[in-house]
Amino acid sequence: MILKRHAGVFWAGFAVVIALLLLAPLVLPEFWRRFLTEILIWGLLAMSSDILIGYTGMVSFGHSAFFGLGMYGAAAALLTVKPPNLWLAIVYGLAGSAAVALFVAYFSTRLRDIYFAITTLIFSQIFYVVIFTWTDVTGGENGLAFSRPRFGIPGLWTTPFTSTSLHWFVLAVVAGSYLVLRRITHSPFGMVLQSIRENEARTRAVGYPVERYKIVAVMLSGLFAGLAGVLYALQNRFAAPDFVYFVVSGEVVIFNVMGGIGTLVGPIVGAGFFLGLREGLSRLFPYLATTLHLPNLAEFPYLVPLGVVFIAMVIFMPQGLLGFAKRWLNR
Amino acid sequence: MQIPWDIIIIQTVNGIVTGMILALVASGLTLIFGIMDVVNFAHGELFMLGAYMGVVTLAATGNFWLALLSATAIVALLGALLQVVTLRPLLGRDPLYTILATFGISLVLQNYALWQFGPVARKIQEPFSGQFTLFYLQYPWYRLLIALLSAAMIGGLYLFLKYGRFGVWIRATTQDRVMAQAMGIPVPWVHTGVFAMGAGMAAASGVLFGPLVGVNHTMGLDWVLKAFIVVVVGGMGNLVGSIAASIFISLLEAYASIWVSPSQAIIVSSIVLILTLLFRPTGLFVPTPK
Repeated sequence: MILKRHAGVFWAGFAVVIALLLLAPLVLPEFWRRFLTEILIWGLLAMSSDILIGYTGMVSFGHSAFFGLGMYGAAAALLTVKPPNLWLAIVYGLAGSAAVALFVAYFSTRLRDIYFAITTLIFSQIFYVVIFTWTDVTGGENGLAFSRPRFGIPGLWTTPFTSTSLHWFVLAVVAGSYLVLRRITHSPFGMVLQSIRENEARTRAVGYPVERYKIVAVMLSGLFAGLAGVLYALQNRFAAPDFVYFVVSGEVVIFNVMGGIGTLVGPIVGAGFFLGLREGLSRLFPYLATTLHLPNLAEFPYLVPLGVVFIAMVIFMPQGLLGFAKRWLNR
Repeated sequence: MQIPWDIIIIQTVNGIVTGMILALVASGLTLIFGIMDVVNFAHGELFMLGAYMGVVTLAATGNFWLALLSATAIVALLGALLQVVTLRPLLGRDPLYTILATFGISLVLQNYALWQFGPVARKIQEPFSGQFTLFYLQYPWYRLLIALLSAAMIGGLYLFLKYGRFGVWIRATTQDRVMAQAMGIPVPWVHTGVFAMGAGMAAASGVLFGPLVGVNHTMGLDWVLKAFIVVVVGGMGNLVGSIAASIFISLLEAYASIWVSPSQAIIVSSIVLILTLLFRPTGLFVPTPK
């Protein structure tokens, strides 16, 4: 009975949030519309890494590789196939990130804890160097630019994306991914992942092939990260090596911790909080400089206070915003 | 194909020089990991700040050696401060949180340096400009001096750990934190001291390496990645192993860059890392665990 009511509350909340996100682009100006779409995309990336961080207990510092390969996969499809095809871009992007994820998963899942984190970090850096230096294929430092494909079923009916319809498309993909991931984490498979997090030795002793579960978990996570990469490529119409750099992976972990790991929604909240704060701070200092007549302040690096906020959150709010809110509501 | 012996010898010298610098960076990193279980993502930024402090004090005093000493001391103090403020509250928590805290520190330091010193690379003048002829190259003596100085510092560290009072405390804390505390060793201060030492060593290598490349705010990133590879290949928390691994990896990269561009040479060391993890996950340069 209680469980049923709980589910009702969940679906009601889900419907409200989706409805708000559906309506948002209709009222928001162009800049904020794009900003909201971007938060959703980064949120999807962060959510994909939550499968590893929050559910399996493996901290990946290499999600930029999956994200980037999704991006470059989409770029490959959009640049080589005429006319550019949306669905083919997704397929290429997913294939790219899946191949990378298989490679990374095979080697890195033999390791635990910090060793896993560092290995994934180094792997993503290998892909970064390859993409950065293989100028003939990847465009090197400049990356690749392409045009956005049309939405629809090729040959039957197509329509160009507007920023609003792209937002809806991204929202649909992110919401769908969330439901799929939620189903997976509640499935027997997800339960095994959580038992690996809680006690790996015992899970192995009970008879589960832990390594195989870990490989599948990394691949699953990599696929959804690649999907986020495809969406980002569609949104910004370019693929650049900067997004494969390990700093992006670090930001993904920051989103997770800020929002609350092991919740799936938390990472999206974290992404929104981080990006919103960054945007706010980047406007705050020029504003303060003009109102307080301190011209030096205009150039102040807004990432410094952002980093300080983040360190403070790591120390004082380790459960993240969502965990903190939950505790506060239960009090 | 004829083997270009002269190039190989030049690259061997180059590899050993960078290897010694890398060893200096990595031994600080591995010391911090061994004693505190902290993977210090901000280590490259401490290296970078050291180089900038060197630039600033060199401009003020005109003396390279004074700049080296003061940069080391300032960054060591900064490291102690950072440890007390951010890492001490995280003691006993999951290592993930210390990684994230140091990642945050690196974000802050890097952006602060960009604001303070600007995006244009600064130059540190080498303390003397003598050269000797190595085949067709005029090879600067300064590079050899770097290798010697790094070796001296690492040797000093080793002796300090072996015979110094604080060094014995450090080794005791590495072996058993709780027991060390029970024996009256001030473990929290040992942690702070180790972090300060690691920071100071990173800063010293930053100043020493400064004359070879320009000093800019992102110079730490490459080094921290390389130092991570070295620390894992050498065996986490193992000082001698990470020194051996530094030289090994740097030599490999130096030889690789005969045939590929230097930026691609890091792939070679990554492959070494992968092979190490596959066949000897405890590290290449440690005795086989029983």
